[in-house]
Amino acid sequence: MTVSDTRPPEEQVPAPPGGTPRSAASRAGWQGAVRGWLRSTSTGSSTFSVLVTAVLLVVLFGAGSIRYENFGYPQVALNLLVDNAYLIVLAVGMTFVILTGGIDLSSGAVVALGTVMAARLLQAGWPAPVVIAVVLATGALLGWLMGLAIHGLQLQPFIVTLAGMFLARGICFAISGPSIPIQDDWFTAVAINVVELPGGTFLSYGAVLALVVVAVAAYVLHRTRFGRTVYAIGGSESSAALMGLAVGRTKVGVYVISGFCSALGGLLFSVYILSGWSLHGIGLELDAIAAVVIGGTVLVGGRGLVLGSLLGVLVLGTIKALIDFDGGLNSWWTKITVGVLLLVFVVLQRVTGRRSGTAS
Amino acid sequence: MSPAPSTAVPADPAAAPPPSDPVVAMTGITIQFPGVKALDDVSLRLFPGEVHALMGENGAGKSTLIKALTGVYAYDAGTVTLGGAEQRFTTPADAQAAGISTVYQEVNLCPNLTVTENIVLGREPRRAGQIDKRASRRRAQRVLQELHLDIDPRSVLDSHPIAVQQLVAIARAVDIDARVLVLDEPTSSLDAGEVAELFRVVRSLRDRGVAILFVSHFLEQVYEISDRMTVLRNGRLVGEYRTAELPRTQLVRAMIGRELATLEDLERAGTRPVEAGAVPRLAASGLGRKGAIEPADVEVHAGRVVGLAGLLGSGRTELTRLLFGADRATSGRVEVDGKPVRLRTPRTAIARGIAFLSEDRKGEGVVGDLTVRDNVLLALQARRGWLRPIPRRAGDEMVARYVKALDIRPADPGALLRNLSGGNQQKVLLARWLLTEPRLLLLDEPTRGIDIGAKAQIQELVARLASEGMSVLFVSAELEEVLRICDSVVVLRDHHKVADLDASDATLDGVVDLIARGNARD
Repeated sequence: MTVSDTRPPEEQVPAPPGGTPRSAASRAGWQGAVRGWLRSTSTGSSTFSVLVTAVLLVVLFGAGSIRYENFGYPQVALNLLVDNAYLIVLAVGMTFVILTGGIDLSSGAVVALGTVMAARLLQAGWPAPVVIAVVLATGALLGWLMGLAIHGLQLQPFIVTLAGMFLARGICFAISGPSIPIQDDWFTAVAINVVELPGGTFLSYGAVLALVVVAVAAYVLHRTRFGRTVYAIGGSESSAALMGLAVGRTKVGVYVISGFCSALGGLLFSVYILSGWSLHGIGLELDAIAAVVIGGTVLVGGRGLVLGSLLGVLVLGTIKALIDFDGGLNSWWTKITVGVLLLVFVVLQRVTGRRSGTAS
Repeated sequence: MSPAPSTAVPADPAAAPPPSDPVVAMTGITIQFPGVKALDDVSLRLFPGEVHALMGENGAGKSTLIKALTGVYAYDAGTVTLGGAEQRFTTPADAQAAGISTVYQEVNLCPNLTVTENIVLGREPRRAGQIDKRASRRRAQRVLQELHLDIDPRSVLDSHPIAVQQLVAIARAVDIDARVLVLDEPTSSLDAGEVAELFRVVRSLRDRGVAILFVSHFLEQVYEISDRMTVLRNGRLVGEYRTAELPRTQLVRAMIGRELATLEDLERAGTRPVEAGAVPRLAASGLGRKGAIEPADVEVHAGRVVGLAGLLGSGRTELTRLLFGADRATSGRVEVDGKPVRLRTPRTAIARGIAFLSEDRKGEGVVGDLTVRDNVLLALQARRGWLRPIPRRAGDEMVARYVKALDIRPADPGALLRNLSGGNQQKVLLARWLLTEPRLLLLDEPTRGIDIGAKAQIQELVARLASEGMSVLFVSAELEEVLRICDSVVVLRDHHKVADLDASDATLDGVVDLIARGNARD
């Protein structure tokens, strides 16, 4: 007999406990077809989730264009990238961490630390390139220390990065309580100048950099051993270790990447807002987590695409833009909408992921 | 090199000296764990082109020995040589790099990645530093073809059943170019067809000169596949034998180190008849659940053991769970002592004196981080409610009584349950339910994956409980066991009940026939 004989057709598999026959039947229809196509990609169901996010983005944006005058201009779309460049970078770092099944609560505080350090050092007359290098190194160092604690001492990422969050936020205040303006020529030049695009549109340098970060991250995740090990750890850490993969190095590595991305996000934020303040970026790590989850990455790890996180940030940005355009709505509606969306996406992941959950 | 590549007839053992030098030689391996000597001066030789079975009861040290070989555990004394050179592996990666691959009982692959990735992970072909996906796929395809496995290398691993995942794990081992392949209980969750497929792959690897170390609790499988065996007992080496020279009874004797009296004594003195007009303790009629088990009638009388026989996936577990209220039935009625009962949740079942020992010991029973004492008292305490704690003295007494009665080893109520062997964990779970004094005991594969000694003890216990008046529903994949201890046998096939036999009428061949064809031979 061949192996394929031992695999019963999907319909004969007993329905998972709790799943009603009706939902199983409807799933077998259109989803079966989609899944067949998705099987040709290496990350199956993550691609499906990203597709859902992309459709949502188009629908939101389309609805905005119909509802509000001027919403449909290309520059409005590009402004989503411009205004959220720092969050995109943050979400990229967060994606690495969440793919391994971890979490990084320190990234918002590290953004603040980045802005405060940059502003303070520039104020002291340090040259911009040195400041940038120092800020990035600090972020990476913080991530490295947290990674070491998480892997070396087998501590919960939640607690370790929570400690990192308090630490980074505290250091901000130690450096400077009040907000420090940034007047450095180099920083202001980057803030003011833009990349001209055809049709009179433009992107900020920060937005371009964010897109480059996404591209590099996608390459690293899919084309390098480090990246595949990230997915393997998320799938099953003990298996990854038994398969002889460099689990320790990779786990520490994702926190270094997240720390680095947070610091880079901090630099982008300080360029965007031209000041350094200890209270910048409060709750930003939660926005990043929300973007990653809306982008289809599963919190337990192993499934997700960095492209999804980019789309997730854009969805958040679009919701914010819609509420800004309306003018009559309180900005708290952003939070409410994001909350509902998050819930919907987690439920969606649960439903599409159920099959794999019962298989094990 | 291997004298008989065709496997049908075992080579004459006398004429077959070891085919060559051993590829692996472990000598004098000793491992000390806190408080116990897990291995004491154990040796193991693996020859190329041979399947070597590692035998022993649970707790004999098989897993420990394997982990010493594969670099998971460090050993305190002894040497390991690979191809004649001494080695000391400190991580699984070291052992793998040296050509020793392991396939574990639970598939140790990444379910979220593709078959290709699971085969090449960590050794992907690279071009200019980046993973060459096309070359990866070609390599995976080639390995799968070599093993004659018809699996799409692009499919995601968890879209396949466990059996196929296990074969993918072997394909990964082959891709490593393993000289030594360790199979740690690979067959425990496979059905007969899947086992045959696995063995076909194992044989083809053996014929290529791979040394294979095979661990299994199924004696039939061991005799079918292995050329040589090493027997361990209590962390010590009993001996190395050629399979063809070692009759089963001697093997079992070597493993358990005592006469087989317990197993044979169990031949019961006939079945207990049901008194005419007696109300069954449990009567289910037309009980079923859509998609899981077709409506079936089951009756269990006081003092009788009813067996549920059938293949994996025939609905054995599903039916048992319905009787415990763990799943909701979609049809049928249940009566306990003649009174209709709606078993909606396990709580209602427990309140009616029904206890259920799950097939999934690890997931649904064992609380590994609690002590034996706490585990035993868990169900009784739950039944009393948290406001009425069991007095310490009374608790200690109850635990001590059951530890003694069930021969739980180590006989230390303070030991953490996760440090006990599978068989002893099972006894602890049994003790937990017996303490609640149930009147109907549902046992789902209580003897799976546990050693022969503990198996005999559990069978003995079931018989004793029945003779004291308890009703037992006994689910087992091993027909001999079912026929030996049950008074009547319900046979399931493809989610249908196909027969309800009195044990005195049932023969092994007859039941096998029923399971295979769904009707009696005559």
